[in-house]
Amino acid sequence: MGVIRRSLDKYWYGWAMAAPVVLVMLVLVGYPFAWGVYLSTTNADESNIGHDIGVNHIPPSYKSVGLHNYWDILSGHDGHFYSTLSWTLIWTFLNVFCHITIGLGLAILLNRGIRFRAGYRLMLILPWAIPGFVAAFAWRLLYNDNGVFNAVLKYFGMHGVQWLSQPTSAKIAVIAVNVWMGVPFMMVSFLGGLQTIPSELYEAAEMDGATAWQRFRMVTLPGLRPVMMTVTLLGVIWTFNKFDVIFLVTEGGPAGSTDILVTHAYQVAFQNIRQYAEAASYGVVILSMLIVFATVYRRSQAKLEVQA
Amino acid sequence: MRKRSPVASIALHATLIAASFIAVFPIAWVALTSLKTGNGQWAHPGDFSHLNFGNYTRVLNDTDFVTWFRNSIVISVGTMALAVFIAATCGYAVSRMRFPGYRATMWLLLVVQMFPIAVLIVPLYNLMSKLHMVNSYSGLILVYCTTAVPYCAWMLKGYFDTIPIEIDEAGKVDGLNPFGTFWRLVLPLARPGLAVVAFYSFLTAWAEVAFANTFMQSSDKYTLAVGLRTFVSQYKGEWGLMTASSVLIAIPAAVMFLLVQRNLVAGLTSGSAKG
Repeated sequence: MGVIRRSLDKYWYGWAMAAPVVLVMLVLVGYPFAWGVYLSTTNADESNIGHDIGVNHIPPSYKSVGLHNYWDILSGHDGHFYSTLSWTLIWTFLNVFCHITIGLGLAILLNRGIRFRAGYRLMLILPWAIPGFVAAFAWRLLYNDNGVFNAVLKYFGMHGVQWLSQPTSAKIAVIAVNVWMGVPFMMVSFLGGLQTIPSELYEAAEMDGATAWQRFRMVTLPGLRPVMMTVTLLGVIWTFNKFDVIFLVTEGGPAGSTDILVTHAYQVAFQNIRQYAEAASYGVVILSMLIVFATVYRRSQAKLEVQA
Repeated sequence: MRKRSPVASIALHATLIAASFIAVFPIAWVALTSLKTGNGQWAHPGDFSHLNFGNYTRVLNDTDFVTWFRNSIVISVGTMALAVFIAATCGYAVSRMRFPGYRATMWLLLVVQMFPIAVLIVPLYNLMSKLHMVNSYSGLILVYCTTAVPYCAWMLKGYFDTIPIEIDEAGKVDGLNPFGTFWRLVLPLARPGLAVVAFYSFLTAWAEVAFANTFMQSSDKYTLAVGLRTFVSQYKGEWGLMTASSVLIAIPAAVMFLLVQRNLVAGLTSGSAKG
């Protein structure tokens, strides 16, 4: 009793101030999450979830099916998981790769003493400044069969492309949109990182006769490591979960070929017959993958830090 | 700085001009298309003969745009106020105090930011329909707090870390309790940080698609992200309306964004790098 008393006296303020957020998280995230995990072990769908029609309450009638949903997904039985997963991985890799290389390249160019620097920066940052859904619709207009891309192709005597109606061109199209939207964030982050690298390091390297490439590899990249680590982690998590670009540009089509795991789970949950249980299982699978990735990534980076 | 050769200089500017063109073109094209009035004029990319503000008057007078705009504002401001209010105290607690459960709290704030919508959307939907909060402002605001609150608390922690601890000690000497120190001394100093997280939580709510699309079911409750979709569907392509409303949404958003973006990035990367 005395121990509780004493720690209460000592930590009272900390607990009281952290409590509202912890409470909100437990109610709004913890409870739904637990409920979602539970749903994933049942066969809940639109027909048996229980609902009200007028004044009549229809009780839920779904029942437990154990790990059947997970088995269905992971064994490839549902026919979507592995194809969607491999596209999700390609999507994530290509996007983050392009974001980082283009963002880093532009940041290095902007970091030099050049004329109109502020003007370039303003224009390059613009894709980040407008809301994502507006950008998605803007690109849909460009990709339209009667849009400006096809007008240009036709002007040069080529056939127009039905950009969003064929799997390959639709995939290229959504990646282009997302790269366009994501580069400014990376560019600005790297610009911030570049400014923290002391210029003496570059002068010393130059004195030692290092070439531009050597300066980039030996001074710039190591100096950017902390920023690089953060934005890579954030970039992978964000891109993996990137809902709005795919949903608004192609709605996962044609025939689900551009669906990533998140949009696929959404379609399962809310399109046609609502398969709540299967969607919940997908959600748990996605979250587990992200947590494993984040943990492994942080560990490996920590190890590198020790070696360096 | 050494002198660049003229060739290198031209290459540098050429690259930046090309990149800027790619960045600006889609937006400029939308703005241009929004001025093309008349049925199907948008489908003639090379024809600029009918330029006027007809689409804008149509959007404002003949559609629910103004209602959607108001809904988006109500929901975004609600999210912002609620999230910043409850996140500030928590951010301060984890910045200044070490208490049992501190690590767990930090971990919670980080992990929740990783939650994909797919995990929460079904249970939250079931929960909200049980509480009869589907298709209501308050329901969507609560849902947005799941992402806004941990992010705000995380970022505010980073900001409070930059305020010297001597301020707190001075407050203690003057006989203020920790709440008093926080409320009277630290919070006023943290105004820039508060502004940034407020803005950020406003933006997340403003641009969110998945939850709004599921939770808001009648046109009088649609947010902009949901409402705009109804302009272009499988059955119709009202690109005139779409582009005009895009411009009306993008201009205030872009201006606000450009004003605060420097702080936004600093907070984002410093907060997570320190974690």
